[in-house]
Amino acid sequence: MSAPTLGAVWRASLRRELTLIWRSPADIVQPLFFFVVVVSLFPLALSPKPALLALVAPGAVWVAALLAVMLSLDGLFRRDQESGALDLLLTAPVVSVVPVAAKLLAHWLLTGLPLALIAPLLGYMLQLPVAVLDTLMVSVLLGTPTLTVVGAIGAALTVGLNRGGILLAVLVLPLYVPVLVFGAGVVRTALDGLPTGGLLAVLGAILALAVSLGPVAVALGLRISAGD
Amino acid sequence: MWKTLKRWYHQLGSPRYFYRFCEAVLPWLIPVSLALLTLGLIWGLVYAPVERYQGDSYRIIYIHVPASSGALMGYIAMGVAGLVALVWRMKMAEVMLKALAPFGAALAAVSLLTGALWGKPTWGTYWQWDARMTSMLILLFLYLGIMALQSAIRDPRQAARAAALLAVVGVINVVIVKYSVEWLNTLHQGATLKVVGESSIDASMKWPLLISMIGLWLLYAANVLMRARTEVLSRERRSGWVRRLVRDEEA
Repeated sequence: MSAPTLGAVWRASLRRELTLIWRSPADIVQPLFFFVVVVSLFPLALSPKPALLALVAPGAVWVAALLAVMLSLDGLFRRDQESGALDLLLTAPVVSVVPVAAKLLAHWLLTGLPLALIAPLLGYMLQLPVAVLDTLMVSVLLGTPTLTVVGAIGAALTVGLNRGGILLAVLVLPLYVPVLVFGAGVVRTALDGLPTGGLLAVLGAILALAVSLGPVAVALGLRISAGD
Repeated sequence: MWKTLKRWYHQLGSPRYFYRFCEAVLPWLIPVSLALLTLGLIWGLVYAPVERYQGDSYRIIYIHVPASSGALMGYIAMGVAGLVALVWRMKMAEVMLKALAPFGAALAAVSLLTGALWGKPTWGTYWQWDARMTSMLILLFLYLGIMALQSAIRDPRQAARAAALLAVVGVINVVIVKYSVEWLNTLHQGATLKVVGESSIDASMKWPLLISMIGLWLLYAANVLMRARTEVLSRERRSGWVRRLVRDEEA
């Protein structure tokens, strides 16, 4: 039997992943719900003063988005591991990077992208001026794929371990620092009325690095966890 | 020169040769490092001249700078060892990676602590979210993350390879973190010692600093070799040469 082409593998994997996530709507809704709940905690904890809220809004929205992505990643490979699909993926006669990349893209499309789309609404709730809401959305849009890829490296390394959750946070959160700093920084810069192009470009550069090298690292991490 | 280095690389890659290397090097590495560290610290803390603006409080530089540089170099070394372990599957690189972590994490903690103590009299605050302090804090988190991952995986080879991947990703991350926090206003003074160009420190203060720095690096190296030696023995406990070694010890 000849090996399928990479394009066919890519299409089949992407369809499989999207179907799987689509059929368990909780996986899409819960990160979003988490995002909204965490952001609404800030006005309750700090004070409802608009001036103060606008000041902390960029950071609050970004920290909540980051945690939502990280928590959604904990189960990214676990189900496939329990069903044995992960072993098949790793032993298949194709480069495992391709199905892994499809998995990451599907995950981002159904968790990261909705987070970015709802971010302006939450920013508005935190009294951010309407003029910076588009910057907030673009920054989350550019930042969440990096969060997904980098977090997936941690998820791949902890897939076989029982105490995944907290260990994943300990491994991954320090790696999220650059994206957080630039992402929230862009919004703060826009809030000060300064040009944001440079910082958005840096976020894009980090995204390019993560997308090009990340799937290779994730696939390697899965191999290591499988005992290879 | 290249040939010698290459032979060394291959020889040290063999656990048995590495063990013999440790046995030969450690008996003088430990005393030399301790002697240099004592000399540098006493010279710096007692005999070096008082600084014009910071008074005596600057003397913590003799602990702070060696610890910070050691923590940073240790992490870079872990990244290099991680890359070697992943690409060439070299067992000794895995062992070194594991051995490098605990002392490096301790040095990062010492760097943060002495930095805070130095910051109070000079800047009027123990802590400030300044670029270098933040980077060192993240470095400590990365060290702890690697140690946590290693302790969570039971199989030593798998644990080492997982840590290797994390270390390589972490090194890239440290570089980006450094630049990402630099656009915040930096409070920290610039580097005092420069390899190229004129150092902004007087020779009477520079020499004790250099000596204590080299002393601490050598102590770190000795600690790594000791840990690695133990790890090698534990990994190779079923091999003939370790059994013979134990038998000879008992006899």
